[in-house]
Amino acid sequence: MFDTLIDQFWSLTLSGIALGFIYVLVSLGYTMVYGVLRMINFANSEIFMFGTFATIIISRDFLGNVDGSKTLPLPKLLLTISLCLIGSMIVSGLVAVFVELVAYRRLRARGTNKLATLISAIGISIVLSEFMRMITHSRPTLNPRILEKKSLFEIAGANFRIDTVLTIVFAAVLFFVLDRFVKFSRLGRAIRAVSMNEDASKLMGIDLNRVISATFLIGGMMSGAAAFFYTLTYENTKFNVGFTLGLAAFTAAVIGGIGNIRGAFFGGLSLGLVEVYASAVLGTQWKSVTVFVILVLVLVVKPSGIFGEAVQQTRA
Amino acid sequence: MKFLSVFKDLNLRDKGAEFWENSSPTKRKVIATSLVGLAALLPFMGVGILDTPVSDYGAVLVYPVGMFILMALGLNIVVGKSGLLDLGYVAFFAIGAYTMAILGTHTSLNTWEIMPIGIALAMLAGFILGLPALRLRGDYLAIVTLGFGEIVRISALNTKAIGGPNGIANIPVPPSIGPIKFNLNDQKAYFWVVLIMILLTIWMIRRLSVRRAGRAWEAIRQDEDVAELMGVNTLRYKLWSFSLGAAIGGAAGVLYGSKTLFIAPEMFTLNVSILILACVVFGGMGNIWGVMVGAAILAYLPERIRFISDARLFVFGLALVITMNFRPDGILPRKKREKVIVKKVSN
Repeated sequence: MFDTLIDQFWSLTLSGIALGFIYVLVSLGYTMVYGVLRMINFANSEIFMFGTFATIIISRDFLGNVDGSKTLPLPKLLLTISLCLIGSMIVSGLVAVFVELVAYRRLRARGTNKLATLISAIGISIVLSEFMRMITHSRPTLNPRILEKKSLFEIAGANFRIDTVLTIVFAAVLFFVLDRFVKFSRLGRAIRAVSMNEDASKLMGIDLNRVISATFLIGGMMSGAAAFFYTLTYENTKFNVGFTLGLAAFTAAVIGGIGNIRGAFFGGLSLGLVEVYASAVLGTQWKSVTVFVILVLVLVVKPSGIFGEAVQQTRA
Repeated sequence: MKFLSVFKDLNLRDKGAEFWENSSPTKRKVIATSLVGLAALLPFMGVGILDTPVSDYGAVLVYPVGMFILMALGLNIVVGKSGLLDLGYVAFFAIGAYTMAILGTHTSLNTWEIMPIGIALAMLAGFILGLPALRLRGDYLAIVTLGFGEIVRISALNTKAIGGPNGIANIPVPPSIGPIKFNLNDQKAYFWVVLIMILLTIWMIRRLSVRRAGRAWEAIRQDEDVAELMGVNTLRYKLWSFSLGAAIGGAAGVLYGSKTLFIAPEMFTLNVSILILACVVFGGMGNIWGVMVGAAILAYLPERIRFISDARLFVFGLALVITMNFRPDGILPRKKREKVIVKKVSN
């Protein structure tokens, strides 16, 4: 039972870290919105899903990378990667802003109870995923290979492929930039102020609607970046691609203490590792069950998350 | 938007309640009996305006219409009465259906003997899930119940003993009651059974609502902290609400299994939970009549209009967003005195 785990430990660890970084980026979408609204952004998985489709459409239809068997020349490759990354971040960000406008704003202005907002968010999430299901006729969409998955180097049996390295490096950089941004920029300070005390920050002249929209935009952009790396690695997508991934990312956010940006980093990485190890031991079909069980355990034993209290100041 | 504000003030629920409270006992009995009689005659009204072009009218009355009403009433105890958002309601439905399938194919028990077992197992599952989950609030509870629904489905998918992805086939139909026979070409008997189950559920909810449990749920829904401080054992009543909702889901599942003859894990996805939730929310959370009207409309329309049947979930999602934004109490809101007063935050 544990043979695969022991034999391929380092290789599994590497893929766990790569998966973990995708979780980190998606869980930022949950954690930032939770920070300012104290509410789960149920549509985040659909925001992610739109990013994967944006990546494919930009690469396949706009740039004409239809034949996946040919290696792209370097300038075109760089162009494709940067355009897809930026495009997918913009699309996901805009979808997130749309979600906020349609599902949250009116209810917030009226001050209805939490249940109503929650149901409205679930509704918009269904609308988005069903919209995509109907135009793709429930079929998976393939992404013609952008990047040949060459092995760069190997350490202790772990194969550092170029897409793995790209995912890890870019995600780490994005996370670092976001962390600095929230800490030092004017908007970042406003976001933190709203998350600490909504009424007080309103009295200090912060435009609440603007800050909340911006939070959705930034969280959505992070999910969009994750969508790009996901499509780069797995090379296909489907209307319900965000469902399991979104739940895992949410679990990651809870593990790290939801609302806590640095917590999301550790939560995402540890969940990625645990998920990969668990699939090696139990088989991949129990993967999502493992994630749910972890979520329930964390919520019951320590609902504030592992890093919930220790890094309170960095709350988004 | 002016017409909407007129629409907002229209409270059929209070008018109906006023009419009912002012009626004499004889008048009430006459109204109730004729309503039930009218409902029982529904299977014969399949010609003309009520007919469904997409699928067989008699079958539509049982599933989705009747079953949706039954499950919406069950979910209404949890979401509407106690204010707990349960996104894993399909799990109890699945447990009921699987109990029926397994016991029906492996033992000589018939549907009516399996019914109490299915209900008991669903209640037990509700209790086991509720014990850890109901300590959580709001959105956490929603996510955990959603996860539970998925765990049940994935476990059924991965367990070879109960057929895995192929499910279970040849589930027996219920035995005849006197002259009434159950067969799939003419589903009147199924409809009458569902109708009786709906009536029993309504009776149970109405009785409980005016007793200690109902008052406790009401208090929990309005403000859980205050309820706790007033000495309401909140966890205990939340567990009751959860298990009762689960029991109704389980009962619907047993009948469903006995009606479709074949079940597979893919019939019990999150979508079913969302559909039922949409029924409850659209009709009016917490109000039995609203929930029934909402479920009837949302279950019937997709069968009547082909376009909606293709985009069923899309329409249901829209129904959730629009209801919450423009008429958060649903088409038939709960009684005015039961509304939660929320502090208005101005921007």
